[in-house]
Amino acid sequence: MLETLTEAFPTLSLLAWEPPGWGANLVRGLVNSIQIALGAFGLGLLIGTGGAYGKLYGGPVMRDMLAVYTTVVRAVPELVLILILYFAVTDLVNQALVSFGYDRVQISGVAAGIAVLGVVQGAYATEVLRGAILAVPVGQLEAARAMGMPVLKAARRITLPLMLANAIPGLANLWLIATKDTALLAIVGFAELTLQTRQAASSTKAFLTFFLAAGVLYLLITLLSGVIFGRVEKWARRGQPGSGGGGR
Amino acid sequence: MTGLRAFLLPHRVVMLALALGVVIWCAVALRWDWLPKYLPLIGEGIWRTIWLLAVTSVLGFLLAIPLGLAQAAGPWYLAAPARVFCTVIRGTPLLLQLWLLYYGLGSLFPQFPAIRQSELWPYLRQAWPYAVLALTLSFAGYEGEVMRGAFKGVPSGQLEAARAMGMPRLTILRRIWLPLAIRRALPTLGGETVLQLKATPLVATITVVDIYAVASRVRQDTFIVYEPLLLLAVVYMVITGGIVLGFRWFENRVPSRVA
Repeated sequence: MLETLTEAFPTLSLLAWEPPGWGANLVRGLVNSIQIALGAFGLGLLIGTGGAYGKLYGGPVMRDMLAVYTTVVRAVPELVLILILYFAVTDLVNQALVSFGYDRVQISGVAAGIAVLGVVQGAYATEVLRGAILAVPVGQLEAARAMGMPVLKAARRITLPLMLANAIPGLANLWLIATKDTALLAIVGFAELTLQTRQAASSTKAFLTFFLAAGVLYLLITLLSGVIFGRVEKWARRGQPGSGGGGR
Repeated sequence: MTGLRAFLLPHRVVMLALALGVVIWCAVALRWDWLPKYLPLIGEGIWRTIWLLAVTSVLGFLLAIPLGLAQAAGPWYLAAPARVFCTVIRGTPLLLQLWLLYYGLGSLFPQFPAIRQSELWPYLRQAWPYAVLALTLSFAGYEGEVMRGAFKGVPSGQLEAARAMGMPRLTILRRIWLPLAIRRALPTLGGETVLQLKATPLVATITVVDIYAVASRVRQDTFIVYEPLLLLAVVYMVITGGIVLGFRWFENRVPSRVA
């Protein structure tokens, strides 16, 4: 079965794990992509939680500054932001190091990628989480306050668990955007899945085979994430009336 | 007037002054002497970006209507392929799709003499048809999902009333179902168009000269790092503002009373 397949499509053997094939390279790229996506998503969640609370409960200055942040980041293409932040961050760090008398360092691609995509994700996460927090019934918070709960405890035990169910669909979308945005790092020369694929393709001239294989890998991440987020949403909605879990 | 006064709180005045200060500092301290030389090229790049955005959004939206309709009301042999198409487009990065089309198809076509001798060959040798195709398919994939929800969300009473009046099915689609669905999709359509704008710089990677490619060329020619990128950010923000205002104007013109 497998042999007839490779006879019909000889380029398929290029996907083998061992060195004449490029399978190991692709998988290494995939691992890099997932690593960056996870880091950026986590950083985005942190920024987003802070940003959402700042937008809802912060002072007027804080609110306006966050509005500028989310507006600018959502209006400028990720590619341009990545270039600006990549060069600016590397430059600033190096200038600081030089002025303190240290040598310049090469910032690792993973760290820069996570930082840049995290800032982008943070802007979107701010909006998602803000909407989810607003959807928490006011009565719940008032009850918590009436019981004399401190603000942080009310956030941890009432607001965050309740808003999680509302936020999951938006966050699932953000996670998918994060996995796909890692492909943009190919343009600044970071060896994630898309760049590995392109290198493999251009050195073997089997463009269709490799790009389709990479597409299948991305699609697998997407489908798998859909299943996982469905489970998480069901879990987050446990004990809530009327929804029966997951469905709209 | 009262709106302006409500906007100009004391801290906003300070912030605006700070922003103005940053702009002036950028204008004075950074290097802009390359600007006059590259101005024609920049104009061309902006025009090409807007052209790509407009063409691919319109084509993609036209493609999204049958995709949404097939998923919302079609038989399974139409609904299943439409759903697979939307999932695949939404599940893989646009950059990968673009490279798959440009390098993959582009390396496949020359192997067939029939294609090389056809009328289309002069176009297939250039990069922009692949860019238009990839961006159109991407917009159709995302918007098809939106249209599916919009078609499903049209109140069934409207369709039943049309059917009770004895309207033929195509007339129902043209006069009742589609207008109501588009009205439902309009708010998301603006957001999708902004996302599409933000996807256009990817075409620079397959040698289409849009505004992003112009900025990259300036950076390569002059070794200036930040200034072209700042210009790019400003250009994209202005276009985004235009899209948002345009859709707001359009939404206000469309009667919004939903029965």
